[in-house]
Amino acid sequence: MAASCRRPEHMAPPEVFYNEEEAKKYSQNSRMIEIQTQMSERAVELLSLPEDQPCYLLDVGCGSGLSGDYLSEEGHYWVGVDISTAMLNVALDREVDGDLILGDMGQGMPFRPGTFDGCISISALQWLCNADKKTHSPPKRLYNFFSMLYSSLTRGARAVFQLYPENSEQLELITAQAMRAGFTGGMVVDYPNSSKAKKFFLCLFAGVSGVLPKGLGTETVDRNVSNQAQFTGQRSRFKNLKGKSLKKSKDWIKEKKERRRRQGKDVRADTKYTGRNRRPRF
Amino acid sequence: MKLLTHNMLTSHVKGVTNGYPLLIKATEVKVNEVEFNPQFVSRMIPKLEWSALIHAAEGLGYRQDLPSTPVSNYENNDDFLHKVHRVLLEVEVIEGTLQCPESGREFPITRGVPNMLLNEDES
Repeated sequence: MAASCRRPEHMAPPEVFYNEEEAKKYSQNSRMIEIQTQMSERAVELLSLPEDQPCYLLDVGCGSGLSGDYLSEEGHYWVGVDISTAMLNVALDREVDGDLILGDMGQGMPFRPGTFDGCISISALQWLCNADKKTHSPPKRLYNFFSMLYSSLTRGARAVFQLYPENSEQLELITAQAMRAGFTGGMVVDYPNSSKAKKFFLCLFAGVSGVLPKGLGTETVDRNVSNQAQFTGQRSRFKNLKGKSLKKSKDWIKEKKERRRRQGKDVRADTKYTGRNRRPRF
Repeated sequence: MKLLTHNMLTSHVKGVTNGYPLLIKATEVKVNEVEFNPQFVSRMIPKLEWSALIHAAEGLGYRQDLPSTPVSNYENNDDFLHKVHRVLLEVEVIEGTLQCPESGREFPITRGVPNMLLNEDES
C-alpha cells in the first residue's frame, strides 16, 4: 500500500489504535491537550448556540473528554460517544461531567428524535472512511451515521465536525452522504494558506438553513480573487513581470509579511518604517 | 449512566421498530452530587418521556413521590425541579444491563458506561 503510515487510520481500527498507551497521551501530553481544546473552542463557536442558555449536546468521538471539558466550562450538559474503551477509561479517571457511551458511529446514534441542541466532533469523522472489517462499507456507514444523527437533533440545530480529510474524494464522499441524510451546510476552512494551522470544519444544519460561517484567515484571499484579468493602461517593465521581487527589498518584505498574515501567524502591522533603508552611518 | 441519558437512549438493533424504553437491570447505583441548574431542568422537562422516567426511577427506588404526569407551571416550582434534577442528573447506574424491550438484546453497563456496540449481523 502506497499510503503513508503517518495517518492513524491506516495503522489500525480506532478501537485498537486508541489503546492504553495512546490514551495516556491524551491526558499527559500538554501540546495535544492544547490543540484539542483549541479545536473544541472553535467548534463550539461555529455551533453558535444561544447565549446564556445551558444546552444538551452530543460529542461524537469524545475520547478522553477534553472537548467535553470545554463544553462543561461553558455551562452545557453533554453526552459522549466513543468506540475505544481505553479512551473512555481515561475519561472516567479524569471524572468528566458528561455521560459516556461506548458505541460505533457507523452503527448510528441510538437516541430518540429531537434530543440534542447540537453536536460536535473533534478529529473523528475521518475514521468512518475506512473499512476495517469485511462487512464495512464506508458510504453506507456514513449515511447511517448522518441519518440517525439528523433525527436525534432538534430542528435548527447545528453539527460541527473537525476532521482531517485525506484527499478531496474523501471530503466529497462525506459531504455527499451528509446532504443525502437531509443536512444542509458545508465546509469551513480556517487558515487555508497555512499547512500547519489549516483546519477543516464540516458545519451541518438540521432543518433550518443558515448562513455558512467564514473560515478564519480567509479574508485576505477573497479580496484578490477575480476570474478576470485586470486591465491597466500602464506599461509594465520586464523586471516586475518576472515574479519574485528583489530579496531584502521593501516589496519583498511586504510580500513576506502578507504571506505570513494569510497563514494566520502573528505579524507586526505595516508602518512607515517597514523596509525603510537605514541611514548611511550605520 | 444518568437517567437523563437513559431517557434519550433507544435500541438500534436491526429490525427493531420501537426499541424504547430500555429496561434497566441495575446491580449498583450511585448518587453523585451535581450542581443544580433550574433553567436546564425546566428546559429538559418537555423533552422527556415522563412515564419512562418515572418507571426507571421507581425501578431504582428513587421516585421520591414524583407525580405520574409533570405538574403544570413547573418553572416556578422549585421543590419539584429539585426532585427532577436529582432523578435526572444525580442518580447514576454504575453496573448492570439495559434490555431492548422488543428484541430482548442486552447492553451491559460497566463503570457507568453502557456498551451500545452491535454485532455485525445486528447492524
